[in-house]
Amino acid sequence: MRYISLVLLASFISISAFNGVAAEPSAKGLEIAQERKARDRGWNNSEAKILMVLRNAQGQEATRKLNVKSMELTDDGDKALTVFQSPRDVKGTAFLSFSHVFDADEQWIFLPALKRVKRIASKNKSGPFVGSEFAFEDMTSFEVEKFSYSYVGDETINGEACFVLEQIPQYDYSGYTLQKVWIDKSHYRVHKVQFYDKKGALLKVLELKDYELYKEKYWRPIRSEMTNVQTRKSTSLITESLIFDTDLSESDFDKNSLKRAR
Amino acid sequence: MQDTSSVTSRWFASPKLTICVVIVAMLVAVVGAKNLYFRGDYKVFFEPDNPQRLAFEEMQNIFNKSENVAFMVVPDDDNVFKPSTLSLVVELTETAWQLPLSTRVESIANFQYTYAEDDDLIVEDLITTGSLSNPEITDIKDVLDNTPELTGRLVSYPGDVLVVNTTIQLPDGDQTKEVIEITTVATALKQQLEEKYPGHTIYLTGMVVMNDAFAVAAQQDASTLIPLMFFLIIVMIGVIVRSVLAALATLLVVIVSIATSIGVSGWLGMFLSTATVNAPTMITTLAVADCIHIIVGVQYFLGRGLTNENAISESLRINTKPIIITSVTTAIGFLMLNFSAVPVLSDLGNMTAFGVMLACVLSLWLLPALLLLKPLKVKATKSNKVFDRLGNKVTSNYRALLPICALVIVGVSVFATNNELNDVAVKYFDDRSTFGQAVEINEEKLGGMSNIDFVIYSDTPYGATEPEFLARVELLTTWLREKEEVHHVLSFADTLKRLNKNMHGDEDAYYRLPEDGELASQYVLLYEMSLPFGLDLSNQLDIDKSAMRIIAVIDNLGSRDLTALESDAKAYFKSLGSDNRLEAASPPLMFAHIGDRNMESMVVGSLYALVLISVLILFALRSWRLGLVSLFTNLLPAAIGFGVWGVISGQINMALSVVISMTMGIIVDDTVHFLSKYQSARLTRKSVKESVLYAFNTVGMALTTTTIVLTVGFGVLASSSFMLNAHMGILTIIIIVAALAVDLIFLPALLMWLDKDETPLPEKNSEIH
Repeated sequence: MRYISLVLLASFISISAFNGVAAEPSAKGLEIAQERKARDRGWNNSEAKILMVLRNAQGQEATRKLNVKSMELTDDGDKALTVFQSPRDVKGTAFLSFSHVFDADEQWIFLPALKRVKRIASKNKSGPFVGSEFAFEDMTSFEVEKFSYSYVGDETINGEACFVLEQIPQYDYSGYTLQKVWIDKSHYRVHKVQFYDKKGALLKVLELKDYELYKEKYWRPIRSEMTNVQTRKSTSLITESLIFDTDLSESDFDKNSLKRAR
Repeated sequence: MQDTSSVTSRWFASPKLTICVVIVAMLVAVVGAKNLYFRGDYKVFFEPDNPQRLAFEEMQNIFNKSENVAFMVVPDDDNVFKPSTLSLVVELTETAWQLPLSTRVESIANFQYTYAEDDDLIVEDLITTGSLSNPEITDIKDVLDNTPELTGRLVSYPGDVLVVNTTIQLPDGDQTKEVIEITTVATALKQQLEEKYPGHTIYLTGMVVMNDAFAVAAQQDASTLIPLMFFLIIVMIGVIVRSVLAALATLLVVIVSIATSIGVSGWLGMFLSTATVNAPTMITTLAVADCIHIIVGVQYFLGRGLTNENAISESLRINTKPIIITSVTTAIGFLMLNFSAVPVLSDLGNMTAFGVMLACVLSLWLLPALLLLKPLKVKATKSNKVFDRLGNKVTSNYRALLPICALVIVGVSVFATNNELNDVAVKYFDDRSTFGQAVEINEEKLGGMSNIDFVIYSDTPYGATEPEFLARVELLTTWLREKEEVHHVLSFADTLKRLNKNMHGDEDAYYRLPEDGELASQYVLLYEMSLPFGLDLSNQLDIDKSAMRIIAVIDNLGSRDLTALESDAKAYFKSLGSDNRLEAASPPLMFAHIGDRNMESMVVGSLYALVLISVLILFALRSWRLGLVSLFTNLLPAAIGFGVWGVISGQINMALSVVISMTMGIIVDDTVHFLSKYQSARLTRKSVKESVLYAFNTVGMALTTTTIVLTVGFGVLASSSFMLNAHMGILTIIIIVAALAVDLIFLPALLMWLDKDETPLPEKNSEIH
């Protein structure tokens, strides 16, 4: 209701209330972000087989296969356990991360060749995830508090009418000054994100494609394509299978579980 | 030719119309200049299929680009281990991200220091502003002492310089705009931090800054020295021939020739570069020579009491043929630059060939039209007497002069072997340029900024983490580090050793390569997972871990030493019995190779051109003997010039290989005019001595005037702070002066000896002129 009144307000008194309108985009942006999060709550846990395809400027490709188990947390970032299936040299390497909204993420790694679990203490939210064009901060769960928002307009992408939001990271150690996000109006799904680097130049473009509906409520993209426009490198994440409500529990996400993770 | 004057009157019925037609034609051509753009980047020197360029570009596509801006932070007290210097570097490391197109910033501040703490692997920035108390600074020093990845590259060995290195991802194609923009931002940043942290000087180096210096130097000279050079040339002409009109007429011919050539190259879609900016200078030399021949000729005939129009006709009659021969042969010589391995030199050759032919047409058409407007002042004939006296001396003493000349020429030319090809691009700038100063400080503090990137390709995924592969990487790293000229080797073997140690509770015994390929792969994965934005491993490892790059930072070596290091390293690697492929590439290495090939194609090509020109002269003058003589006079000035250069410098860079081409026009002009005047005298059955004296009398003045005028002009270029231009100016002067000396002393003596009076000329042909 409030959304409709806002549009009416804006269209009727767009000139005289210029200042008022300028103040509104952040409120509207926040509202859209909240709705996006609200529509994605309650998915509980999931287990996915993912194919990662890395490409360099020369067009060479390298692939990695990952099993990713994720668990939703209501009051903090999600927990994720990633186990490498290929390439052969790193098969069985398991990576556990607890993402946090503001604090540094917690990370543990199990190296099968060393047969040891190590905690990695770093502030590397901005760093690349296994040499891909995805940074850790691009992979972790979306939390409303992570950004400040500004609604900048509407645009149609892939035949979907979208809100366009600008969001500025509020957490430390981000590699970005700004993200521009296209969210469709029908299901609040993200279709495209532009990432701007520290000097405000466009760095990467993420496109999310082939959305499928799970548990009759949750939309997940089957393909995510991240292109670094500066280095012309790109990474695709392709979901090969995805199941929800597996028998995962909290105890599957602690550092002792890493050694037996498959 | 009996009909000369009717031709003259037909051509010049309306001098004003001629001038208008020429100027309108020029303006049409000049519109084409709007298509011109300037490329200051070094890639213009390399053909797209140049093997070194291909190896380099393959490397840049697989790994991150290595074009960079490096900030060298030099504290006044030669000690970087204090809070102010370290804070400066922390701040600079953060703000350097503001450079446009930056993709990576590295310094000791954001170096990802790893260490073990219980079961944790700690990965953090080595320096943060919060960690600058005395004991912490001591810790930082300790870490640096044990981190071969940093010392010699981001911190100097004695600890008196720190470097913040910014990797820049330049777009393909013309990069001049970006390069200038980046350097401007970097310079502003440097000034801002120098103000904020007194007691520090920051110098800018790196590939991007060098490209900027190239562009700035070429443009600075083009906007100050080169106009001054033209100005002086015109003033000198005015002074020597004592005529403002003659000087202005020459100026107009020069301007129209250059402007039209540049305009036409614009229409043809060419671009300007550090090489093609020489075209106007080259065109000028011959345009000036052409005009001076006509002008001095007109004055000569006016002095003999002819009317202005008849004097012009007569001057044209005796000069048209030699001017055409000179221009055509020189143009052909310039077209031979198309065989050069360097693409911009072909452009230079074509542009100059066109300009030279245009100058020929204009000096025979526009110049007489201008001279018809107002008669020239007649010059006292006194000066011609100087040449008569010189001619008499030479012809009477030729028996003594010839062996002396031969001895001097051979003696000087021998020193040409002293010359050594030494193309060090960073040394193209002297200490008047800020980049030149930075290069000097860099050499003093860090030893040099050349580099060779070595890539070992295993061609199998994860082949680069196999123990045998890593062992060879370590051997090559050690081999390189033992070389005196190498100051730093960035090798991933060091990182793996450090990680192995960290993963074993920081026990020093584990500072060695992992014995198992899977463990090495997993270390790589672990390390990759812990690096922040902009510090990933893509500068050292390729996408499927099949290839590894080792970066060696070395002295600013000359071409030969650099290519020697490359081939030694390759030979050493081969001796390790590996079937892995080792490639080496870097911009300095490209220059080293191109220098060799460029020298070959330019010097040898120009020499062939001079030989070819002599053959053409042989046909044009229809005399075997004169053709043979012209071979001497064409080749000797270059031999003498490089001989003198061998004594005073001995260092040959890219620009010097262009000098033979630059002076070719003047060398040929001197020869052709002297020989054709000599021949025309011989054909009127004058004796050898009389004919030589006639040549002295008619062309001595013109040749000397041209030489003096151009010497003054190139003297300006010789004062440039851009070595390429300065050296070019000096050597050009040496060669054109040598050419004049050869033509006024050696050539007449040679003719006296070779040509015998009693033999009637076999090529006798009364219609020859």
